Amino acid sequence: MTAVRRRGRVALIGAVVALAIALPFVANSYILSVVTLALYLAYAGQAWNVMMGFAGQLSLGHSLYVGLGAYASAGLFSHFQIGPWAGVWLAIILCTAAGAFIGALAFRLRISGVQLSLLTIAFAELARIGFDHLDWLGGPGGLFLRVAERNSVDLLGFRGPPAMYYYTILVLVGGALGLCSWLFRRRAGYYWRAIREDEAAAQSLGIDVFRWKLYAVALSSAMTAVAGVFFAFYYNNLFPEQIFSFGRSIEIILGPVVGGVGTLLGPIVGAGAIVVLGDGTTELMNRIGLDIPGGKQVIHGLLLLLVTIYLPEGLWPPLARALGVAPRRL
Amino acid sequence: MPAFSDLANAVVSGVLTGTVYGLMALGLSAIFGVIKLVNFAHGELMTLAMYAAVVASERLSLDPFVTMIGAAALFAALGYALQRGFINRFVRRPEHSQMLLMIALAMIIGNLLLLGFGPDARGVQTSYQLDSFQLGFLLLDKVRVYAAGAAVVATGVLAAFFRLTLTGKAIRACADNPLGARVAGLPLGHLYAVTFGVGAASVAVAGCAMVPLIDVTPGLGPVYTLLAFVIVILGGLGSMVGALLGGVVIGVSEALAGLLIAPSAKSMVSFGLLVLILLVRPRGLMGPVRR
Repeated sequence: MTAVRRRGRVALIGAVVALAIALPFVANSYILSVVTLALYLAYAGQAWNVMMGFAGQLSLGHSLYVGLGAYASAGLFSHFQIGPWAGVWLAIILCTAAGAFIGALAFRLRISGVQLSLLTIAFAELARIGFDHLDWLGGPGGLFLRVAERNSVDLLGFRGPPAMYYYTILVLVGGALGLCSWLFRRRAGYYWRAIREDEAAAQSLGIDVFRWKLYAVALSSAMTAVAGVFFAFYYNNLFPEQIFSFGRSIEIILGPVVGGVGTLLGPIVGAGAIVVLGDGTTELMNRIGLDIPGGKQVIHGLLLLLVTIYLPEGLWPPLARALGVAPRRL
Repeated sequence: MPAFSDLANAVVSGVLTGTVYGLMALGLSAIFGVIKLVNFAHGELMTLAMYAAVVASERLSLDPFVTMIGAAALFAALGYALQRGFINRFVRRPEHSQMLLMIALAMIIGNLLLLGFGPDARGVQTSYQLDSFQLGFLLLDKVRVYAAGAAVVATGVLAAFFRLTLTGKAIRACADNPLGARVAGLPLGHLYAVTFGVGAASVAVAGCAMVPLIDVTPGLGPVYTLLAFVIVILGGLGSMVGALLGGVVIGVSEALAGLLIAPSAKSMVSFGLLVLILLVRPRGLMGPVRR
């Protein structure tokens, strides 16, 4: 990379970071909530990407980990007044255990492809039905958290104004990006890519395929657990019917798929694109007096369709080439 | 413990519903077995057929079992066109790419139904809705018997098509060995389209047969997609007899779970069965041994 290019890239990153930090001071609450949603999807997508983009294992049931993480932390909070800073560890432990369990079952029995995807859906559905019957956590009627005080910041209880949640998810997205880009250059990144491209070849090179696939699932589910905790404390209400639904799992994969599976910035670019197009169009429709239920999902579907047809590698790789920065593929 | 007659009634009603499930899964199984396409929009096609039956009943006061015939023809044409004009271009894509394509189609169909019909449940009224046949202590709902009868007839037609007609045999050849079929000069694009048409027609018949039993909502699509996959994996991917058998197994276990545990435990049992079968016998009850 030439010095000029490097300087350009540093300037670009600096501008994006400065804009992200300044946003709550310049944007209205609607914009802030939309960007928060986009960042949440970017983070969850980044977590999913570890499993699919790195190691090539397609999970269509990631709502399981969002829900498990959300319920674990929200349950601790509402029953024992234990805040999310402690709750997040329980969420991570539970989700890692669940992910490792499902992964171990599937990979030990050499389940892959469609069957693996269906197995992940089945476990999310089982959790949905299970939590529907768990009255201690609200059952089908939902679990509600005390709504955040919008004027004061209670960092310990993670209750505060929208800007606090915005900065939290911003830090999470940055952290996940940093973690993934670090792993990319480590042994794990190479092993996972080798497994994704050709499992048998990877095994013949002496990679413990079972173990490294398991690591990918465990890391992915642990990262998704944190997304669940954020979801619980940001939205303050949890319904098994919604949080464990197949639609939620699809929502998580939309960002990375549209942005580019297996790229570092794909999940962020993709989440931005789907939120801008989806919520932007819905907002425009509302402005002109049209309230269409399902309209946003039709746009998401169309976007997914068009990207799958015309840009199988996602939005980010061609965009990166146009900007003159080589996309990092994992 | 419920009385024996209650158990017997639950089992019989489960078998009847399961036959319709089987027909639905048969469509998925044919599409997967031949085209190797994971049709994630299967449940949405089913929902579409159910809404067609509702509209035909409300506007034209047609009985769903009459609508069924027209719907089968319409869906066959629709399926043929969809596969020929669109999906055929993607059969060489990697599996996950095809799955995403079908998920996108499913999202579009499902949410267009939501746009068109609203979120409320819709059903059809028939004059014989509450009637039943009595066989000793067995009470059989008339609708359920008719639905199962239609499913059995449709399955018979499908089996005859695949066993006896030249096109059917050619399709089976494609499923067996696509390269060999191509070498032999079979028009793969056309045969894939026919297969998708046949699959769509069976799901249309299943949808029309299901409407008198269950009210339809736009969100039903994923539920049926998953159910169809559970059945197909239970029966064995690509096996037609297996799909039917899987449907009956799921139908009976749902009915028994509804009676013995709780109505809401129904789907828990089917997903539990899926996990169990994937772990114990991944090729399913009747699936071919993997080479």
